[in-house]
Amino acid sequence: MSVDKATVAKIASLARIRMSDEALDRMVPEFNNILAWVEQLGEVDVTGAEPMTAVIPNTLRLRDDVVDADPLTGGGIRDKVLANAPAPEHGFFGVPKVIE
Amino acid sequence: MAGNLMHFLPGAGFPSRPSTTDLTELGVAAIRGGVAKGDFTAREVAEAFNANVAAAQQALNAFIVATPEKALAAADKVDADRAAGKPLGKMAGVPIGMKDLFATQGVQTTAASHILEGFTPEYESTVSRKLWDAGAGMLGKLNLDQFAMGSSNETSYFGNVISPWRRNDGGNAPLAPGGSSGGSSAAVAARLAPAATGTDTGGSIRQPAAFTGISGIKPTYGRCSRWGIVAFASSLDQAGPMARDVRDCAIMLEAMAGFDPKDATSLDLPVPEWEAGLNPDLKGKKVGIPREYRMDGMDDDVAKSWDDGIAWLKDAGAQIVDISLPHTQYALPTYYIIAPAEASSNLARYDGVRYGLRDLPDGAGLQDMYAATRAAGFGDEVKRRILIGTYVLSAGFYDAYYTQAQKVRTLIARDFAQAFEQVDVILAPTTPSAAFALGEKSADPLEMYLNDVFSVPAPGAGRPAVRGPAGVTREGLPLGLQIIGGAFDERGVLDAGLAIEQRAGFAAKPERWW
Repeated sequence: MSVDKATVAKIASLARIRMSDEALDRMVPEFNNILAWVEQLGEVDVTGAEPMTAVIPNTLRLRDDVVDADPLTGGGIRDKVLANAPAPEHGFFGVPKVIE
Repeated sequence: MAGNLMHFLPGAGFPSRPSTTDLTELGVAAIRGGVAKGDFTAREVAEAFNANVAAAQQALNAFIVATPEKALAAADKVDADRAAGKPLGKMAGVPIGMKDLFATQGVQTTAASHILEGFTPEYESTVSRKLWDAGAGMLGKLNLDQFAMGSSNETSYFGNVISPWRRNDGGNAPLAPGGSSGGSSAAVAARLAPAATGTDTGGSIRQPAAFTGISGIKPTYGRCSRWGIVAFASSLDQAGPMARDVRDCAIMLEAMAGFDPKDATSLDLPVPEWEAGLNPDLKGKKVGIPREYRMDGMDDDVAKSWDDGIAWLKDAGAQIVDISLPHTQYALPTYYIIAPAEASSNLARYDGVRYGLRDLPDGAGLQDMYAATRAAGFGDEVKRRILIGTYVLSAGFYDAYYTQAQKVRTLIARDFAQAFEQVDVILAPTTPSAAFALGEKSADPLEMYLNDVFSVPAPGAGRPAVRGPAGVTREGLPLGLQIIGGAFDERGVLDAGLAIEQRAGFAAKPERWW
């Protein structure tokens, strides 16, 4: 299946990446080359094969349902969480206005 | 542990009591042994490597940030502990390079991207924490392909890494150190660090190790915690050591591995004593040779090194068995659906809100800010993979691409499972050719992807794999072989890797031109 410029533009918009016209023009043939190549997977007989969900069988663990079970990933570290934010305001992440 | 140190014998060619100028020729075991015995101090070692890092930075660009003060501080602590008679860790006195994909508290962590430029973590990744706790020190943060996406280290926002190797044709064309762990491979090969961390998603430890004549191991998925490693493709990402030989890799892997409750896919298993258990006697072992890896048009040098490897393993007592991995040719396209799909999801976190770059055009709303930030912050290869990943996960195409790829991945894993019913380990080339020149493949993304043909299947199936240098091409460049093992069988791949290493007698190293 090959995609056109409008499709790549739609995908870029879904991925929240702004792309110029020239960038889209460059991307379309590269995108199609890669898609044409991965499409060989369609010829594989996958009858009876379940989609892989884990490369190594493992069980999901549940942690104890308590506050700050692991202090490193628990709460009470607001300043650390905000330390790398580009525009922290009053102890929150600042963003442009989203409600008119 | 002390027993191991006492019985250490330096490798051939190294003086047993090296002078200060020789310290950077030593590997992990030799440094640790020398520090423990008092032949030299950890500070002397750190100073020697710090000097090499500084001297090579302009020519090789292996590091994004050098942290000589961190290396010295860790060394001083080891020297003080030794003087006080305290027990020393597995990596005591060994300064290492840290791939800039591992979060390091207080030290910029970028994944070689613009979007994370200046990001200074408030926390330490589990793997790096374990290494520091074991007595290692940090020489700096190593350059890599941006978000680990690349096979030549040409996608870093901070510039290409140049391999210390050159062809013997006198042309001095700058060569790729491999990728994505290209800073790691270049640093170890150039004696800027005795060892470095790497991460392997589709061959990012083994391919750069092969290009630069060093050793590396990608352990079984889940052995090393992913907590604090910048995520690329979470079902594939796995950290591992890169060093000059198999023993050094075994030592470092012991320090890096172990259960971590903060990683949901961490293996809750004890860490084996890989170093103490090393045994290159392969009597009774069966080594599989996958016929599908002998591809049409295979480079003569690569084919010859593979044949050499087979002869060496026979000499070590192993029985050689022809095996089939029938879905081999599909491993690479499978990888290039699954890895971008996971990347498109993982990299959604870079939004200009919580950390990293923010690009807020005048009057822009939230959605415009996201799109502008990501446009400015991601490089072309990262954007390409996010777009491919978004496409294969989008409504209407999900089943045809993503679900189909996950089913083929099941078949690839089944191929390996069936092979390991017949054999203990598998021997294969690491790459289709020796190192290529910078720019040689970067014009065509697909051609670059094809360089991963031999290194992608093992992680797709979660298997451990080790690689070590096996010879040189007619152009004087190193070639590597890889041993792939069954799940949890790092020991099997280390043993076979050691058997090859002992017989290959690989002594070539890049001549210092920088």
